[in-house]
Amino acid sequence: MKISYKLTLLILLVVLFLASAKKAEEPPKGKELVDLILQFDNVAGNKDLVLNSVDYTNASGESFNVSQLQYFVSNMKFLCPNGKQFTVNQEDSYFLIQEHEPATQTLKLKVPAGEYNKLTFLVGVDSLRNTMPIDKRKGVLDPSNSMDNGMYWSWNSGYIFFKMEGTSNAAPEDPTGNRRFRYHIGGFGGYSARTINNIKAITLDLSKGGIVKVKKGRNATIHIKADILKTFNGASNLSIAGHPSVMFSEYSVNVANNFSKMFFHDRTVN
Amino acid sequence: MNEFAGFQRPVNFPEPVYDLAKNPVTKDGFELGRKLFYDPRLSRNNTIGCGTCHIQAAAFTHHGHDVSHGIDDRLGSRNSPPIMNLAWSKAFFWDGGVFHLDLQPLVPITTLSEMDEKMSAVLEKLRQHPDYPGLYKKAFGTEEINSAKTMKALSQFMLMCVSSNSKYDKVLRKEGEKFTAEEEEGYQLFKQKCNGCHMEPLFTDYSFRNNGIPAGRNDDRGRFVITLDSNDAYKFKVPTLRNIEVTAPYMHDGRFYGLGQVLDHYRFGVQHTPNLDPLLEQGSGHGIPLTDDEKLKVITFLKTLTDREFLKNPLLSEQEGLLIYDK
Repeated sequence: MKISYKLTLLILLVVLFLASAKKAEEPPKGKELVDLILQFDNVAGNKDLVLNSVDYTNASGESFNVSQLQYFVSNMKFLCPNGKQFTVNQEDSYFLIQEHEPATQTLKLKVPAGEYNKLTFLVGVDSLRNTMPIDKRKGVLDPSNSMDNGMYWSWNSGYIFFKMEGTSNAAPEDPTGNRRFRYHIGGFGGYSARTINNIKAITLDLSKGGIVKVKKGRNATIHIKADILKTFNGASNLSIAGHPSVMFSEYSVNVANNFSKMFFHDRTVN
Repeated sequence: MNEFAGFQRPVNFPEPVYDLAKNPVTKDGFELGRKLFYDPRLSRNNTIGCGTCHIQAAAFTHHGHDVSHGIDDRLGSRNSPPIMNLAWSKAFFWDGGVFHLDLQPLVPITTLSEMDEKMSAVLEKLRQHPDYPGLYKKAFGTEEINSAKTMKALSQFMLMCVSSNSKYDKVLRKEGEKFTAEEEEGYQLFKQKCNGCHMEPLFTDYSFRNNGIPAGRNDDRGRFVITLDSNDAYKFKVPTLRNIEVTAPYMHDGRFYGLGQVLDHYRFGVQHTPNLDPLLEQGSGHGIPLTDDEKLKVITFLKTLTDREFLKNPLLSEQEGLLIYDK
């Protein structure tokens, strides 16, 4: 009697576990993970972004060039037309995109074969990872990596999510005599006291530009453009003259809201 | 030689905040951390070690320096805090901007006015050193030198910097010492007038408060720069008073050179700046009323917080043969 009760309970638990596992993030087809590429291309309006040598104009009519562009993307999730979804293994989902290092713009992900019509990701690093023990900070999140790239605030523990610097005649002269703008945007919401949260969730609908059909050996590639002009032009236009330097401040929320609109799906190569 | 006892919680202290289960202090880990602490390789031009601005005899502060004095004679904007009883600290630095001890050393290593070095360069120097790979292996099982091991070893050293053997502790623990009449009177005054912020037994409640000192010329707004909350403007972490006799100068910018000046600030100098702590706003005036006689008694009591065993503990001192010139 006792044994059969235990057995029943065990079967019930197994069934429940399987059911819940199925309901959660079950890969659409099979369990084998295959390659999917996210290719980021940073642009300025309809021009390709070129560091230092090319001038662009923002909505405030200010001419500027860009000397540095870096941002973190993380926590990718893919949605299928049938409503199922797949979350990329979180440990493998942190990337630092750097305009000066073209190799960083190609993100190799592992997902189950299948069709996906939507992609979501974060610009920045989730709050949990910002507060994790130091031994959980690997790859681009390792202090010897992100800090050396200037993408970590040691004094206010947390990653810098987005960094763009450049030169503009609209910027006031700084103490070095240069006219530069500096945007260092971060803030994960605070550890023991609440503060600004500039983590941005991006959703890209792939149906117009082509849904992705992931197959083994095909290296399906989703091309994403990031238009840096959107950093300036948005719900509140960012003027270089008015805000030549935006770092950890309330105003940074406006800049983050602007750049959260800079990503769009260009095309898919299946 | 005594056997290495590891981290011991003093019986009159609460449970530590630092999770020691995640980074147990071992003899090898501690010794590696100590070597790193005193090693100037952590700075860009190999001139500044942690021990440069954190001198043991001054309870690991930069004695005599109002603000810390780093690489290339550059100056910081705040007073070097003591490395002492950090296992009980919830947040680090005057503004609490760092929330874990393992992330703390990243600040001085990379700050322009302190050690101005890159973490990858530090790790590379350590990898090239004849001793470090072996010491990492002893401490953590493999010769690999990475950020996490380096920070954890430094934490092990800092966790061992426990000051709990002052006269005050020995009186409270009834280990045969007794306060003099004046010390006892000072202690009673302290409990009435100071303990609200500088809470026993660690002599801080780890809160952030505005103690009414006028904003400095650089308008350092303290905790506000971390939280961006206007209610935090001009608040700084309440510092511990343990070993206060040897950690002059005082306040976040080292503006006061003596304990008499500090107490005079609380008696006469408290300014009604934004977010002044309510404990300093009692009655008609601001600050803490103390007669000249009471002030001297409080100072006499504060000197019972000096822990000579800690200040001279050879276990925490720079060991011979560590200088870069030796290799």
